Amino acid sequence: MADSVKDRVIAIIAEQAVLDVADVKLTSTLDDLGIDSLGLVESIFAIEEAFDITVPFNANEPGESNFDISSVAAIVAAVEGLVAARAA
Amino acid sequence: MKRVVITGAGTINALAHDVPGTLAAFREGRCGITDLVIRDKERLSIQIGGQVHDWDPEAHFNRQQIVLYDKFTQFTLLAAREAVAQSGLNFDGMLGYDSGVVLGTAGGGVNTWDDNYRAVYEEGKNRVHPFVVPKLMNNAAASHLSMEFNLKGPSFTVATACASSNHAMGQAFHMVRSGMTRAMLTGGSESMLCFGGIKAWEGLRVMSKDACRPFSLNRNGMVQGEGAAVFVFEEYEHAKARGAVMLAEVVGFAMTSDASDIVMPSKQGAARAIAGALRDGRLNAEDVGYINAHGTGTAANDKTECAAVADVFGHHADRLMISSTKSMHGHLIGGTGAVELLACIMALRDGVIAPTIGYEEPDPECALDVVPNVARDAKVDVVLSNAFAFGGLNAVLALRKAA
Repeated sequence: MADSVKDRVIAIIAEQAVLDVADVKLTSTLDDLGIDSLGLVESIFAIEEAFDITVPFNANEPGESNFDISSVAAIVAAVEGLVAARAA
Repeated sequence: MKRVVITGAGTINALAHDVPGTLAAFREGRCGITDLVIRDKERLSIQIGGQVHDWDPEAHFNRQQIVLYDKFTQFTLLAAREAVAQSGLNFDGMLGYDSGVVLGTAGGGVNTWDDNYRAVYEEGKNRVHPFVVPKLMNNAAASHLSMEFNLKGPSFTVATACASSNHAMGQAFHMVRSGMTRAMLTGGSESMLCFGGIKAWEGLRVMSKDACRPFSLNRNGMVQGEGAAVFVFEEYEHAKARGAVMLAEVVGFAMTSDASDIVMPSKQGAARAIAGALRDGRLNAEDVGYINAHGTGTAANDKTECAAVADVFGHHADRLMISSTKSMHGHLIGGTGAVELLACIMALRDGVIAPTIGYEEPDPECALDVVPNVARDAKVDVVLSNAFAFGGLNAVLALRKAA
């Protein structure tokens, strides 16, 4: 795989936020990046398509979804977990 | 300005195939949401809905009709037959020229789109049935009602997503009130419970996998429904002269646009529509005893709607009742306001307030009397019906007890 999961997730989030990849930090929150609820749902869709995974996310209860979106690092970790689970 | 009364009602939805059955279900607080029975269900992540079961079109229509009627049209015709029969009106003579039909639907013949896309894309067919277009068009149901009942006045279909029926009934109200027509068939219909119809909604990630629990802290989304409701709106003197039974009077209507976001609701837009309906009906806030909520069971709608009600009604917000019957029949999208108007009529006429079922935990952001889980006897004289659509288009009707 050419890019790591981290790099690909950051690229997806950067595109959604209309930012340079360099401006998306692991510590950034979606709020920091100006991504609203629609942007989040769109990002999750892009992640699912890119990694061929299903992300368990319900916009009504983001905290209950077993998919931590509190920061870019948390999203990367959650995607890595789902990718590993798919490979297993 | 003329007065406008409702002299007939009909429906088919997940709770029952007629009005008496639906009102009985409202009184019992019965849930009509079940596991879906549709093709390719196993490929859906959402597998529940307020589906109409035991539907047998051949019991109501002949073969030539069925090839022209998508399910949303079939539902509309069934509901309209019940409504017209109750009203006792016959449109065959001059009344037909003074009467029309305005209906709401968001998707029109979604099952027809779905079936025929499957045929050409999935099955690789290069030919479809000749009636695909007249079957799927959004105005098909309105046109078939006009033909079945000889309605030759203003007739059309309104599409404003989840507010379609309320917008439609508002138009019908305006026409009769202004004297443009003497009677109107109005309401709405939706039949989106097919693979493509549900798959599209899944994408937004606002759907619940287990239940519709409006206003409850643990709510986790909306549940789709299907069906129709149709009403006869009639000019008051016309109804009175023929001794018709008046189910309720329509007294006010208002519509607003949020002009802000394609999916997120706005408290201001909703509040302006509610206040506008009161103003249009020359009502005081204190007159309102019951509100049939939009109450979708999503995080966003329910708290925004409660905040809007609190803004408009002030202290009276704590005294009125507000419930969402979507917890029982699901969200009928473009047909939802029509089915929900039945709960308004029941409140005015029978003194029974339909409950919000599935209510498990109070939400401090929805701290109103939502009539949790059990129907309630209460005398109310004025009710409202809210509808707030995706796209920020809001439509609120005000009804008064018939006198």
